[in-house]
Amino acid sequence: MEFQLTEDQRALQQAARKYAREVVRPKAAHYDETATFPRDLLQTAFELGLLNMAIPAEYGGVGLSHLDQTIVAEELSWGCAGVATSIIANDLANLPIILHGTEEQKQRLLGHFAERLKFSSFCLTEPEAGSDVASMQTTARREGDEYVINGAKCFITNGGHAEQYTVFATVDKAKKHKGITCFVVEGRPKGLTVSKHENKMGQRASDTVSLTFEDVRVPVKNRIGEEGQGFAVAMATLDNSRPLTAMFSVGIARAALEHSMEYASQRKTFGKPIIEHQAIQFMIADMAMNTHAARMLTYESAWLLDQGQRNTLQSSYAKCFAADMAMKVATDAVQVYGGYGYIKEYPVEKLMRDAKLIQVYEGTSQVQRLVIARELFK
Amino acid sequence: MFSSLQETPPARRSQAVKILVTAKRVEDPESKIKVKPDGTGIVQEGLKYKINPFDEIGVEEGLRLIAKHDPKGEVVVVSIGGKEVQEQLRHALAMGAHRAVWVNHTGPLDQLAIAGLIQKVTEKEKPDLVILGKQSIDDDQNQVGQYLAEFLGWGQATFASKVESLESEAEKNKVPAVTLTADGKAVRVVREVDNGLATVECQLPAVVTTDLRLNQPRYASLPGIMKAKSKPIEELTPAKLGVDVTPTIQVLKLSSPPARKAGIKVPDVATLVDKLHNEAKVV
Repeated sequence: MEFQLTEDQRALQQAARKYAREVVRPKAAHYDETATFPRDLLQTAFELGLLNMAIPAEYGGVGLSHLDQTIVAEELSWGCAGVATSIIANDLANLPIILHGTEEQKQRLLGHFAERLKFSSFCLTEPEAGSDVASMQTTARREGDEYVINGAKCFITNGGHAEQYTVFATVDKAKKHKGITCFVVEGRPKGLTVSKHENKMGQRASDTVSLTFEDVRVPVKNRIGEEGQGFAVAMATLDNSRPLTAMFSVGIARAALEHSMEYASQRKTFGKPIIEHQAIQFMIADMAMNTHAARMLTYESAWLLDQGQRNTLQSSYAKCFAADMAMKVATDAVQVYGGYGYIKEYPVEKLMRDAKLIQVYEGTSQVQRLVIARELFK
Repeated sequence: MFSSLQETPPARRSQAVKILVTAKRVEDPESKIKVKPDGTGIVQEGLKYKINPFDEIGVEEGLRLIAKHDPKGEVVVVSIGGKEVQEQLRHALAMGAHRAVWVNHTGPLDQLAIAGLIQKVTEKEKPDLVILGKQSIDDDQNQVGQYLAEFLGWGQATFASKVESLESEAEKNKVPAVTLTADGKAVRVVREVDNGLATVECQLPAVVTTDLRLNQPRYASLPGIMKAKSKPIEELTPAKLGVDVTPTIQVLKLSSPPARKAGIKVPDVATLVDKLHNEAKVV
C-alpha cells in the first residue's frame, strides 16, 4: 500500500491548484451571482489541458489516470464547484465514446476536442426519468442508415453551449432498460433545440438546460455500441465519473474547512478567538476528519479503476459519503461564521448551495445507497 | 577555488540561442515557517516546496526570448540540491524548458559555492545568456547572479524589469533573423533601480537577474507536465564539476523574530495624534 502522491501527481495538483486559486477563485462570486457561462475561465482551462483530461493522449487529450483526475478534480472544485462541473461535463459526455466507441469513432468524435475550446453534453436525464433510467421516453427509430430521435432531456450540463451531445434513447420502450441505446449527435442539427435555461440554487456558473429532440437525425455510424447496450454504457460511464463527483465534494469541504479555520482564528467572542472554544474546535476537527475520510474513499474508488477492477460498490461509497459529508461540512462552515455566514459577501453560503447538488446529480444519495445495498446482497 | 576574471569570455555556440536558467527549490511562500526549538534550522515537516518565484520569472523570460528570437533555441534549467530538486526541474520543463541539469548535492551551500557550481555548468553549456532570480525567497541573499558574472567575467544586468532584445538596436534593424555571434550582439535590459528604471546594454554572453515586474510566468499545462516526464535531466555533482563547496560561512543559530507587543485601538484621531506625539514620539 502506498499513500504518497507521485512527483507527477504533485505537479498536476500544483497546476490545478494554481488555476483554481489564481484564475477561478477571483471570479467565482461573479459567476455565481450572475449565473453566466464562465467562458473565459473555461478557455484557460482548455489551454491548460484541464478540459479534456480523460481523453487518451492518442486522440489529443491528456490521458490522465482515474486517480490523477480525482486529484485535479479536488482542486477545481475547491476553486468553484460550478466551474468544476462545467469542466468535467466534457469528460462525462466523452466517456461513453472513450469506453465503448470503435477506433474510428474515437478518432472522429474525440480528436477535435484538442483543437479548440468545444463542449459536449451527456444527455441521459428526462423530466420523468432521472434515477429511474429505465423509464426513459426519448425514442430512436431506425430509418435506413439513420436513426430519428424524438423526446426531451432535462438538467443537461453545458447543453446550451455544446457542439456535440451524447444522447441516450430507447429503440423499444417495452424492453425497458434493454431498449436503451447510446448515440452521438454532432453539432446542433435541425430539430435539436434548447428549451430552457435553469435558474439554479447553486453551482450557478454551470450551464444547465432542457433540450428537445424533434426528428433529429443521427447516422448509424454514430451509435455507440449495439442497440440495447445503452444502459450498460451509461452505468459504466457513471462508475467512471462517480469518483470525480465525489472529489468535487472533497474540494467544497476543504474550502469550507479552510475558511472556517481562518475565520475561527480571527473572530473573537467572550474575550478570545472562537477557535479557543472547545465546541468550535470539535466542529473543525469533524470537518477535517470527514473531508479526509471522503478523500481516501475516493482515491480508492479511482485506484480500483486504474487497476482495471470494477468499482461500483466503492465509487458509490465514495460518492454517497462525500456528498453527504460536504453538505454537513458546508453547513457547519456557515454556522462557524455565524450571521456573516448567511451573507453573500462571505464565501461559505455559496459552498452550502453548491454542495447540495452533489447529493442529487449523477445518482442521488438514495440511489447510491440502493446500489450499495444491491452490491452487498449480490 | 574560483577562476579569476577571464580575459576573454568563453566561446559561444554560433547557431541556436541558448539560455541557461536557474530553478532553486524553496519553501512555498504560503507555508508557515517555524524555527526549530534548538535553533539549528526550520521545521521541515509538513512544508511544501516550489520553484523560487524569481527563478520562475527567469524561466518564463528565457522561454519568451527563445520564442521571439530563435524558435530553434534552447532553454536549459539548472538546480542544485538533493533528489527532491528534480521536482522543480520538472516544473520548469513542464513550462517549456528543453532539458535540465541537476547538480546533486545535499548539505549547506553558501552563495559563493552556488555561484561556483553554476559557473562550471555555464562553462560546460556555453549559453548566450544566464538568467537567475534576483534573490531566493528563503535566504534572501541577492548575490549569486552578481558573483556568477564576476567569476565568468561577463556583463551583468540585475533586477531586470524588462529585457528588450537579445541584440543591439543597430543589429536588430539590420537583420530580422537571429544568427548570434560573439560580437555585436547584446541584451538590452531595463533595470529596476531605487528611483525608477535604468536601461543598460550588455554584450553577450551575459548574466541577467529577474525582478518581480519582468513578466507573468505561464502556468504549467497538463500536457506540458506529461511531456516533461520524457525530457532529459543530466546529473552532475560538485566533484564532477571540480568545485569545492565547503562553506565559508557558518550559520550559528536561527531564532524567531521577537513577538510584537499587542497593539491598541484608539477611539478617535485626537487620541491617536496625542499618543503618537507623547508616547511614540514620532510626530
